[in-house]
Amino acid sequence: MDRIESAPVPAAAECGQPEGDDALNRRQFLGAATRLGGLVLALSLPLPRTARARSNPASAELNAWLSIAPDDSITILVDRSEMGQGVFTALPMLLAEELEVSLDRVAIVAAPVGDAYFNAANGGQMTGTSNSVQDAWVKLRTAGAQARSMLIRAAAETWGVDAAACRARDGAVIGPSGARLSYGALAERAARLPVPQQVALKAPNEFRLIGRGLPRTDTPAKVDGSAVFGIDVRLPGMLYGTYAQCPVLGGWPESVDASAAQGMAGVHSVLTLDRGVLVLAEHYWQALAARKALRVHWNPGPNAHLDNAGIRALLARAADTDPGLVARSDGDVHSALRGAARTFSATYELPLLAHATMEPMNCTADVRADRCDLYVGTQAQQLSQAAAAVPAGLPPDRVAVHTTLLGGGFGRRLDIDFIPAAVAGSKAAGRPVQVIWTREDDMTHDTYRPPALERVSAGLDADGRLVAWQLHITSPSVTARVAPPVVGVDASVVEAAIDMPYDVPNLSITYTRQEIGIDLGYLRSVSHALNCFVIESFMDELAAASGRDPLEFRMRLLDKQPRHRRVLETAATLAGWGRNAPGRHQGLALMEGYSSKIAQIAEISFDAGKLRVHRIVCVVDCGRMVNPRIVESQIESGIVFGLTAALWGEVTIEGGAVKQNNFDGYRVLRANECPQIVVHLLASEEDPGGIGEVAVPPVAPAVANAIFAATGERLRTLPLGRFKPRGA
Amino acid sequence: MRIRLNDRMVEVDAAPDTPLLWVLRDHLNLRGTKFGCGRALCGACTVHLDGAAVRSCSVPLAAVGGRAVTTVEGLSANRRHAVQRAWIELDVPQCGYCQSGQIMSAAALLAANPAPSDADIDAAMAGNICRCGTYVRIRRAIHRAAELLRGGE
Repeated sequence: MDRIESAPVPAAAECGQPEGDDALNRRQFLGAATRLGGLVLALSLPLPRTARARSNPASAELNAWLSIAPDDSITILVDRSEMGQGVFTALPMLLAEELEVSLDRVAIVAAPVGDAYFNAANGGQMTGTSNSVQDAWVKLRTAGAQARSMLIRAAAETWGVDAAACRARDGAVIGPSGARLSYGALAERAARLPVPQQVALKAPNEFRLIGRGLPRTDTPAKVDGSAVFGIDVRLPGMLYGTYAQCPVLGGWPESVDASAAQGMAGVHSVLTLDRGVLVLAEHYWQALAARKALRVHWNPGPNAHLDNAGIRALLARAADTDPGLVARSDGDVHSALRGAARTFSATYELPLLAHATMEPMNCTADVRADRCDLYVGTQAQQLSQAAAAVPAGLPPDRVAVHTTLLGGGFGRRLDIDFIPAAVAGSKAAGRPVQVIWTREDDMTHDTYRPPALERVSAGLDADGRLVAWQLHITSPSVTARVAPPVVGVDASVVEAAIDMPYDVPNLSITYTRQEIGIDLGYLRSVSHALNCFVIESFMDELAAASGRDPLEFRMRLLDKQPRHRRVLETAATLAGWGRNAPGRHQGLALMEGYSSKIAQIAEISFDAGKLRVHRIVCVVDCGRMVNPRIVESQIESGIVFGLTAALWGEVTIEGGAVKQNNFDGYRVLRANECPQIVVHLLASEEDPGGIGEVAVPPVAPAVANAIFAATGERLRTLPLGRFKPRGA
Repeated sequence: MRIRLNDRMVEVDAAPDTPLLWVLRDHLNLRGTKFGCGRALCGACTVHLDGAAVRSCSVPLAAVGGRAVTTVEGLSANRRHAVQRAWIELDVPQCGYCQSGQIMSAAALLAANPAPSDADIDAAMAGNICRCGTYVRIRRAIHRAAELLRGGE
């Protein structure tokens, strides 16, 4: 079971410093391959990677993921960050499928920064938007097939036979006479061959790995404590740091009296940085103790009076005064609303949320005169590199990013705010530095999920059919902060709304951007969660207003959507829709996101006025599955994540500071609160869709709709957990 | 100061108020035990003291005394503990960060109660948060581990 190698991180970390300039390049671009004494197929040095990547992405980068050593050890580099979603298993499966090796023979390591690892859909080497498998689906299978083809040709040349008479099987090439050469024996010769431009990929009925629920490669290291997360990196001579930031978001240290802290046991130094105060010590606990002895006068900056009521007022005023940018417009919604037999309007409001990854933000940096090594659990390698380069005083290509395992990402680790202090600390101290945020730091200085105020109107014709739908979303734009400039509509704000599956002839989706003065970030499923709550709740309102069953009302609008119909119908059958036991109540929700289709049915009860979620039935059509076992666990995961947000998720701000600072104030779902979860995955031959986020959004509307079914009360604000039915 | 750790005596040079969590992680380089909250709210730092699950972030070194400390590294050699075997069989971990704590809580539960009900599991595991939402599999894996402990395969 010893498949995973969390190296290069721990190996590099424990071996001390890599050497000189050449070492940086080799380590950067070859990763573990050099240490294995093998070679990286078709990746020649020096590396005109940028040019090759941009001119011909299908050929130049192909085998940047694979190395084979003479001893037959095979290493696959994974260029997406493993944060629980299974990329260290699913992506190697794609390459191994075509290479004809079994997964348990492969060592898996995190890729360095490199152009070959660019994710075009994300605009960088980034793990997010649930698209790791979609991005790799053709790319990594092609890389595997090219390598296989080169190995076969190397064997054929060795034997002086026709390559067409040879075949690859289980890490070796077998010749016409039954002769066998292992990949390790062939790799060096194969690497000198030209990369074949045309390779045939296997037909699905030839798959040996894809589609099978193979065990995750990272599980063994995650059950014995040996898995290395960012917080587990250890470097010789490393100092630990704690970083105090202004309690008011956006504030900074005006003056610092560190005299008491400086003299405390183990304290190395105290550094005042632009946005906070860094305490470095021999041990973390010593740094924390010294931090308590700091006397900092904070300048609160512009947010000293910010609170939730003020944020709400900002959004409401913008929604009232700005017509919004058009994100989608079909037909003529205004005429249709005027001509409708009945019209309905409602306003929905969604709160700020925290990511609350289990591993608090942390970063380890080792800055030298001519290079910086960064050890970090990041979802964005290039952004991390750039964030370190500035305080290191080095060009970005002198920063080597070593991606560790991530103790939860959920979008939080797309941000880079936890990186500069470690780099500045290491540069100042001349020693490696690991900065660990406390849980309180993490929760009070998150890049929160944006709030939103959404106004929705709809018109029904005399037959009760939906003929007009108008949704106006008012919310900040994360993209405008992290990837400016955003011209026009920030697509990430209107997702799930502009691709609403229902057939409505007159439809308008508009967006008003209103910032609230604090840094906000992407959180698992991003705006799908906001918009799905509004759409699926309001659909339920319309069904109720027209006296129709919520399932039937939706099905009438899905004539052109066979895949959506199928997930909804299957969920209804599995959940026994309409046949709930006495005292139990059901609510449903449907969504398309990440090219996957999903339906959920929640079953709830009220026991002495207390809401209890008993069961969530979920049906997913995510196209072809690489590893159904991981898909299933991701769906379970999304449901728990979505239920946490639905029931309890809310960040409150008072005087510009976040009130919740640990898991007592910011409640997350626990084992004893977890409902029964039934996941049904539909077989499909469509290309793969995303699965890491898609199960999050439907939970809140499904539960809210069940609450309506139970009580007749429509909840248009999250979270739902504090709701008490009338008379309870 | 000397403590009994994973079946051997080890010398620790740390202030007595240092939480056991940081003694393990920073002084003894046993990094399987994780920091999650610092206030015994999340369970990521769960270890055993004389077989009972405790949150090591909230146990000062001075309070350990002569009690035996067991961390995830000391639970078994080669992942042979029934809980670890069940965890592997069901592929419980996702990000994995909370799993050392989950496993230590589960192991303590099974040592005290070899055939826990769902309600027993809920009660014993409510102190261990998992943001990836592996609770469904954890429950199944604890039942499976109980089966393995009874000699089932």
